[in-house]
Amino acid sequence: MHPLTVLPSGRLEQQFDDKKPRYTAAEAITEANRCIYCVDAPCIKACPTTIDIPTFIHKISTENVKGAARTILAENILGASCARVCPVEELCAGACVYNAWGREPIAIGRLQRFATEATLEKAPLSSLLPAKKPATGKKVALVGSGPASIAAAGLLALEGVQSVIFEKRAIPGGLNTLGIAPYKQSGQAALDELHQVLALGGIELRTGVEVVAGAAGAGQVSSDTLLKDFDGVFLGLGLGPDSKLGVPGEQGAGVYGAVDLIERIKAEPGLKLAGSRAFVIGGGNTALDIAHELRLLGFQDVALVYRREEKDMSGYAHELAHAREDGARLLENRVVTEVLRDAKGALTGVKLARAKDGKALAGTEETVAVDLIAVAIGQSVATGVAKAFAGVQLDAKGRVVVDPKTHRTGNPKVWSGGDCVNGGKEVVNGVQEAKLAVKDMLSALGGK
Amino acid sequence: MADLSIDFCGIKSPNPFWLASAPPANSGPQVMRAFDAGWGGAVWKTLGDPVTNVTSRFWANDYGNTRMMGLNNIELITDRPLEVNLKEMYEVKKRFPKHALIASLMVETRENWKEIIKRAEDTGCDGLELNFGCPHGMCERGMGSAVGQEPKVLEEITRWAMEYARTPVIIKLTPNTGDINEPGEAAARGGAPAVSLINTVKSLLGVDLDRFVPNPRVGNQSTNGGYCGPAVKPIALFMMSQLAKNPATKHMAISGIGGISNWRDAAEFISLGATSVQVCTAVMHYGYRIVEDMIEGLSDYLDSKGMKSVNELRGKAIGAYAEWGDLDLNYNLKARINPDSCIGCNLCHVACMDGAHQCILIPGRTHAEHEKAGHTHIPASIPEVPVKAAGAVGRFLPVIDDVECVGCNLCHLVCPVPGTISMVEVPGTIGKSETWNDRVAQGRDLNPGSLDSTVAKRAGAKP
Ligand SMILES: Cc1cc2nc3c(=O)[nH]c(=O)nc-3n(C[C@H](O)[C@H](O)[C@H](O)COP(=O)(O)OP(=O)(O)OC[C@H]3O[C@@H](n4cnc5c(N)ncnc54)[C@H](O)[C@@H]3O)c2cc1C
Ligand SMILES: Cc1cc2nc3c(=O)[nH]c(=O)nc-3n(C[C@H](O)[C@H](O)[C@H](O)COP(=O)(O)O)c2cc1C
Ligand code: SF4
Ligand code: SF4
Ligand code: SF4
Repeated sequence: MHPLTVLPSGRLEQQFDDKKPRYTAAEAITEANRCIYCVDAPCIKACPTTIDIPTFIHKISTENVKGAARTILAENILGASCARVCPVEELCAGACVYNAWGREPIAIGRLQRFATEATLEKAPLSSLLPAKKPATGKKVALVGSGPASIAAAGLLALEGVQSVIFEKRAIPGGLNTLGIAPYKQSGQAALDELHQVLALGGIELRTGVEVVAGAAGAGQVSSDTLLKDFDGVFLGLGLGPDSKLGVPGEQGAGVYGAVDLIERIKAEPGLKLAGSRAFVIGGGNTALDIAHELRLLGFQDVALVYRREEKDMSGYAHELAHAREDGARLLENRVVTEVLRDAKGALTGVKLARAKDGKALAGTEETVAVDLIAVAIGQSVATGVAKAFAGVQLDAKGRVVVDPKTHRTGNPKVWSGGDCVNGGKEVVNGVQEAKLAVKDMLSALGGK
Repeated sequence: MADLSIDFCGIKSPNPFWLASAPPANSGPQVMRAFDAGWGGAVWKTLGDPVTNVTSRFWANDYGNTRMMGLNNIELITDRPLEVNLKEMYEVKKRFPKHALIASLMVETRENWKEIIKRAEDTGCDGLELNFGCPHGMCERGMGSAVGQEPKVLEEITRWAMEYARTPVIIKLTPNTGDINEPGEAAARGGAPAVSLINTVKSLLGVDLDRFVPNPRVGNQSTNGGYCGPAVKPIALFMMSQLAKNPATKHMAISGIGGISNWRDAAEFISLGATSVQVCTAVMHYGYRIVEDMIEGLSDYLDSKGMKSVNELRGKAIGAYAEWGDLDLNYNLKARINPDSCIGCNLCHVACMDGAHQCILIPGRTHAEHEKAGHTHIPASIPEVPVKAAGAVGRFLPVIDDVECVGCNLCHLVCPVPGTISMVEVPGTIGKSETWNDRVAQGRDLNPGSLDSTVAKRAGAKP
């Protein structure tokens, strides 16, 4: 079996406190008792994996916590991660009937976290899921080890289908391990859940192995090999590296891609980030996360530099509100036109222009001193390798094209799900897409 | 401001709110604090030969997030020496001459009763309450509810007390009896001018499922106790109003007890015949301070009804407490949902589906889906009216099918948003008032679908 991945100590992420710590049993019961136990509950419809929320909450209220965990995991095998990382304000809790009543919605995420964590620390995941079916002799390759692939591997294992996960990085788990804001979930918590899935058996994790088109070198395996050696392939490629601003001076110390920087905060021991002012460029959730994280790491002034107005931001309003509560600020209608460096190449500041409709206005530039810049204007795609599987198509934005009901690609042996298909949503979407893919895979593999 | 003072068979009290004989009325310092807080009277913790109590003593029934819906205790009467209690009663009466101070008594023999009545009255107390109610510990010794359940014994001890007492005697009744009228009538026969009820209900509150010992736990054992608090209020109201209606008992003053927690509860007891009300659990839960709201609330309520005195409220609802057979079978209600306050939780739907008459439909479903849900009658039109409340996207107002609705109130009771489901009066199906007793009198009390044997019996009886 794959050795347990234990992240080294001395990571910056260890300095963060949980924003929503696990409820105590008494807190959970009290909150659970608030739930109305709705019928045709809107919260269920708002959960991408359709967890039976009223039922699991009712079970918490009767202290049937293990039963609550079973109800959650039956629909969402990564229910523990999702409990911690889901933007519930936009999903289940956002649809809770209490909103319509002008009251605080039920803290569904926190209840889910209580049920899954309190149960999984005492009982193995396998004891909470349906019994594993006998081995089918079928074998599936999963490309990438993000939540989409991990969910797929777990569900396949329960159905008696073996799988091999190919992960190009040394640390598995994708962005669930390396991207989630540390005050929501630590990388180690994500890995612990991943190990619970691997322990279901019949899943092999190969880290440090990249799936490539054409001939494979060291640490690589070719797409053709997968098609040849496996009964099916699932592409859970996620997204690619951070996009670049493309302004003079960007290259060099002090300027980071946001996703890259978050990964280092979460996994790199001894990382030091010094300075008092940080600029985060972008208006999405990654920008909000890194701004929030830098502020909590001690940067005195953290500004989100966004080229349009607050109302145009793609990041969630609740995340902006939380980041502001912790002291980050939003600079609207601003564009960085140049990164300034001293003779030795050290970062000194930026040229900052006012903007209208997202475009810099000539002659409005000022010079502002900054110590760190995080660029969060999106991630490129990582789907190049997908094309090597004959028949797989990409859309104009480089996303893998699938049938939304089955998540099967143009190649009848290849399925796909998660960020590489949806363009970058949430962990919970990856799980749901994996569910759909596995369902279809089973009927294809079983010839049913 | 309405006058709250009462005259309870000669016992004067500034208001009808008394502490029941229980821990809140255990000692002089406590009762003085209670009177300072506004309580009009107190029935001292029952006196007798002091007992030894056990640890622990109480357990409670929670309901959701509400604690102590019901309280269970296995405490006995006072465990303090008689002289200490009597001395403190004397001091209380001296400091609060206008408040009602009542001695609760429980002893065994005639000599015991004679002695304790004299010594209690020597404190200057205003009346005596004979505790014939305690359902645990004391009854096994032939006292408390052992007396309350035995009308003959109750009557005899009442006579003794009436013989020895100079102050009014109140008989405190136990609810642990088949028909409360029996002990009530025995008290009346014994000559008592007043009754108080209810004492606690015999109960076993729950089980510790790890140790397999009921609660409250005394080491590795427990025992049955007495149940009180909000959960017992309906039982108390019923029993009390029985005596308030009974021609043989209705002349007696009634002190209502059982689950009274606020002015509304008190007003309900008074409207069904109580002159004073006694409170134990609510004080054990929240303290003496609750009396402020009770006084203010009752007084404002009386003002709002144009009543000058609490005495005008007494018994107001007794007349409407009828026998089932006298209820109007033609009276008809239908449920109505307020589109402005419904939040779309569909609890009314599931309650009506599984617990009533399958007449609340969720719009947006297909005919087949309605059938699958269990509807047997599906109206031709099921309007899709969106729930108005902001944030209730994509939900429709449940639809009541008047054809099937029997007006039972269930949906109105389960709806979490008070005032959202109202019950409106509609024309009856019979066309005129008619009671079951009318039908019996006219020989029309056989409904279609009755048992063959019933039909045959009728045919035989009325050829
Ligand atoms: C900064 C940030 C914060 C986020 N916060 C949240 C949050 O709070 N809540 C939430 O629900 N979601 C959040 N997300 C989104 C969430 O992390 C993703 O939606 C989710 O991880 C997608 O899962 P996935 O399996 O599709 O891809 P990923 O998690 O991206 O995993 C893909 C994996 O595939 C590997 N891989 C790619 N190509 C190859 C190849 N050719 N060969 C081998 N391996 C390969 C990658 O190394 C990676 O490990 C966040 C994302 C970011 C960037
Ligand atoms: C702990 C406890 C002890 C009680 N002790 C007595 C008692 O000594 N004498 C008595 O007449 N009733 C006793 N009672 C009964 C109360 O006086 C009262 O009749 C009963 O609790 C119902 O009122 P409630 O619902 O307001 O508590 C006791 C009740 C409790 C909870
Ligand atoms: S909508 Fe809210 S109250 Fe209703 S079941 Fe879901 S969490 Fe509970
Ligand atoms: S009043 Fe009773 S029968 Fe009528 S809709 Fe409500 S629950 Fe159903
Ligand atoms: S129970 Fe009340 S709030 Fe809920 S759907 Fe019915 S009417 Fe609306």
